[in-house]
Amino acid sequence: MSGLREIRAKISTVQNLQKLTHAMEMVAQSKIRKVRDRMNAARPYGEMIRNVCAHMSHAHPEYKSPYLHQHETSNRAGLILITSDKGMCGALNSNLLKLAYQQMKHWQEQGQEIEICTIGAKGMSFLRRANANIVSHAVGIGDTPRMQQLALPVGRILDAYKSGELDSVHICYTKFVNTIVHQPVMEQLLPLKGEMLGSPFGYWDYIYEPDPKVIVDETLRRYIEALIFLAVAENMASEQGARMVAMKAASDNATHVIEELKMIYHKTRQAAITEEITEIISGAAAV
Amino acid sequence: MAMTVQVDVVSIEGSLFSGLAEFIVAPAELGEVGIYPGHAPMIARMKPGAIRLKLPNQPGEEVIFVSSGILEVQPRRVTILSDLGLLERDADEHHLREEKRKVEETLRYRVTDIEFMRIQVELTRALSRLEGMQVLRHRNRKI
Repeated sequence: MSGLREIRAKISTVQNLQKLTHAMEMVAQSKIRKVRDRMNAARPYGEMIRNVCAHMSHAHPEYKSPYLHQHETSNRAGLILITSDKGMCGALNSNLLKLAYQQMKHWQEQGQEIEICTIGAKGMSFLRRANANIVSHAVGIGDTPRMQQLALPVGRILDAYKSGELDSVHICYTKFVNTIVHQPVMEQLLPLKGEMLGSPFGYWDYIYEPDPKVIVDETLRRYIEALIFLAVAENMASEQGARMVAMKAASDNATHVIEELKMIYHKTRQAAITEEITEIISGAAAV
Repeated sequence: MAMTVQVDVVSIEGSLFSGLAEFIVAPAELGEVGIYPGHAPMIARMKPGAIRLKLPNQPGEEVIFVSSGILEVQPRRVTILSDLGLLERDADEHHLREEKRKVEETLRYRVTDIEFMRIQVELTRALSRLEGMQVLRHRNRKI
């Protein structure tokens, strides 16, 4: 019977799909541990450089780094948008893009122009469709964040800020709360805030080598790059977490669908057998 | 007991060293600097090379290779922010030479500018480590 064969084909298709989603779930599960370790490995650097920047902000009040003080001249904003390269991770990217889009709309209403640096393929294709001004991008960064992959695209935005073309730079990424909870966030990156913690103990200054301006700017630049690096690492952990959850849900759904299809299959089969028997009996009765 | 200072050597890929040391030698940009506990505050740019740490109650030194980075000295704390770092025990000179050769080879047949830049970064990384090792070898021969 054709009806039966069709249902059987459907069942095997869903079973194949389930195998796929299950495999992806397992892959994400093993990856998330590595990605999370990498995220934690980068933390000490982030803390240390933050301390150094805090010390520095007390030491030399004469030189004002452009990274710390707003110039507000150009009415342009910069945005660094971090998304995943691949899909199959639930609403991770769409939630983030929704947030970014709202903020961009808000800026546009204020008459600000926006320059965007996208990290990850998903954000780029979305913004291309939205006709946004993408000045630089990094795609295909894999599962290990590397500074040299990020330095170039991110550098364009930071340079534009330093030379006064941008008033502020924001960063948009998905924060890793735990394996199941991920939060899209939008943070202000530049000018830096909150690096003036604590009160200076008397007047003192560093011995600078080679000279204060260079070293202050360079250290702050490294700090900003470290923040971006950490954001990318967090986004990767979130991506794997979201994928794990999404693929688990997909596998569970597949199980339900298979159960339902099997039920229909058995009912149809039973009906066919009953029909045949009735036909035979009625045929025998007629004889 | 000799005076000690808290030293932290970190790179973006992880913490390389954290602990007390009696004396530190670091490759600052304008020359090597030696730091004893209680040094005046200093902040300096580093060039590729080896950091040597004299640890309390231990013979010999701990050696860490760094590429460029930032060195911050406070009287009771030394922080070394390395762009890339490598512990001596993880280093493998043969492997690094191989890396250098491979990179130089690809450099000759480079395709695009971006590719070129990426390779250049790799080359610098291999070179800085190699340089660090050679500095160390030279020094060891003298002793």
